Amino acid sequence: MGLKTVEEIKAAIEAAVPGAGVEIVPNPSVSAQHSLRLKPETAVAVATFLRGDAELAFDFLSNATGVDWLDKEVAEKVKVMRWVNREVDGVKELVEETVEETQKRIVPGYLEAVYHLFSITKGHGPVVIRMRTANRTDQMQLPSLTPVWRSAEFQEREIFDLFGIVFTGHPDLRRILMWDEFKDHPMRRDYVEPDDFEYEPTAHDEVLKRALEHAARVAAQTGAGQEGAGA
Amino acid sequence: MSISGFVQEKDKREGWNRPPVMESDGEADLLEVAMGPHHPSTHGVFRMDVALDGERVIRLKPVFGYLHRNHEKLGEGMSYLGSMPFTDRLDYMCPLTNNWAYALAVEKLTGQEVPERAEYLRVILGELTRVVNHASAIGFLIQEMGASGTPLMYAFKQREKILDLFEAITGARMMVNFMRFGGCRVDATPAWLAAVRKVLDGLPQFADEFENLLCGSEIVMARAQGVGILRPELAVNAGVTGPMLRASGVNYDIRKVDGYSIYNRFKFRVPLGDHGDVYDRFMIRLLEMRESFGIIDQALKGIPAGPIMDPKAKLRGFRPKPGEAYGRIEGPKGELGFYLISDGGPNPYRYRIRPPSLINLTVLEDMCLGSNVADVVLIFGSVDIVLGEVDR
Repeated sequence: MGLKTVEEIKAAIEAAVPGAGVEIVPNPSVSAQHSLRLKPETAVAVATFLRGDAELAFDFLSNATGVDWLDKEVAEKVKVMRWVNREVDGVKELVEETVEETQKRIVPGYLEAVYHLFSITKGHGPVVIRMRTANRTDQMQLPSLTPVWRSAEFQEREIFDLFGIVFTGHPDLRRILMWDEFKDHPMRRDYVEPDDFEYEPTAHDEVLKRALEHAARVAAQTGAGQEGAGA
Repeated sequence: MSISGFVQEKDKREGWNRPPVMESDGEADLLEVAMGPHHPSTHGVFRMDVALDGERVIRLKPVFGYLHRNHEKLGEGMSYLGSMPFTDRLDYMCPLTNNWAYALAVEKLTGQEVPERAEYLRVILGELTRVVNHASAIGFLIQEMGASGTPLMYAFKQREKILDLFEAITGARMMVNFMRFGGCRVDATPAWLAAVRKVLDGLPQFADEFENLLCGSEIVMARAQGVGILRPELAVNAGVTGPMLRASGVNYDIRKVDGYSIYNRFKFRVPLGDHGDVYDRFMIRLLEMRESFGIIDQALKGIPAGPIMDPKAKLRGFRPKPGEAYGRIEGPKGELGFYLISDGGPNPYRYRIRPPSLINLTVLEDMCLGSNVADVVLIFGSVDIVLGEVDR
């Protein structure tokens, strides 16, 4: 179809937007849809270039979605210098030695916004662009691409609703599927369902487990309340 | 009284792709009306908060979520195949194309091949689904103009014949759960193919009948022509796809562009509209239906013998290698896509549906501004949505 490779697109972006800092994220699956990771600071400029460039002409933003990546514990082998007791020629000595040791390190998680671009005039695509937030607790701002592609309007609202990414520059950022008073973000991997269990006549499996947990919690609360009342 | 306070707090409306700011003439107070949940000819549980200046629409905000069950979260909690029956419930008017899009995305992720016969079966069933959807959509349009019942029943008569075919091959009228990664679940018997041929032979006459309804009725023309115009630049920018995009004159049919499955073997044309109004949207659907008859005819002639499942396809212990894939098809309502991320486990790490119904609604306000309340129902109907897919 004449679509350039991600490397060529990266080069074109960097020639047009100085300091764009685009990074290629390889996709090991057979689909080979590799993606370009944009820096949030330059994302809008890069997006405008991708839409407006005569050769790339990505005029159609098809899909926008979020992904939640949790904190990951990574175990890696590290070489450490250490003093070891050792018998050398029958004499006990303290010897310095390098030992291999597995250390555990926590890689902080982040939220990711993923966009799939196609070109209607050129008929090529998809090109995947993605942006990452700094963390998943308090710095979750990303620039909105709605001013560039209107089709992101509802989809970014959905990401905000279900994942909690705050899109700066979005014209109308409100919850879309959940109600306005709702607090959490249900598509997060660590989302815990609230304990709003309702009566279920034929509870089984997970529902039964939840029903019992709910009953225990209610009993604990009302039990404490009755004691207070009795005294 | 304010329903949601949206008239007071105006969103940012600068930019060519934003809806324009409509001012009232100042003679009367604005009236806020919550259209829905329900009614707007009951495409489902949906609400439009409308601000009216007399009969004129000044602002409009769609409100979603009444049917939300977080389908994507459910999909992440179960195996890849476990989500297949759930895709039937997205756009419940056309379950087979939902199955197809999901199967296509997973096949993209794993590099799974599909045997010839299964591809032909998919095309036949997919195009029959398109006929069902478009016929019902036109029936609903005429119902929305006030002809309650009869024209819709014409469409449903044909729909019922096609649903009987679906039931004969899949065992269910609507909740079909038919496609598998690497093929289909049940093979078609010669008797079934003959039954498809019989139904197909009756369809052009039905299309003629419907075309007479659309082209011959002064009421339909007066109500639909020049109403709800969508400019092609805005349609492209707002991600509008399917018959709505083509009614605005943009030549983009994923069956032609991607040539997925075996669509590049069939001869068919892509009808395009001139005006991008409600009338064009329905004429496009009618013409597309006729092209679908041609595709089904060619597929019935060309369907080879052979297996319907790739014998190498892995069914148990299905764990795709880590990676991601976005697969899309030309669904009857627009581009239906599935985006999957695998972490090597039995469940998808991320399971995302690109719903054409929701994204086509992005421009609803733009199309409705300045028109009468009665036309809003018509314009909304011309988007052709199913709430099971909008809210997921």
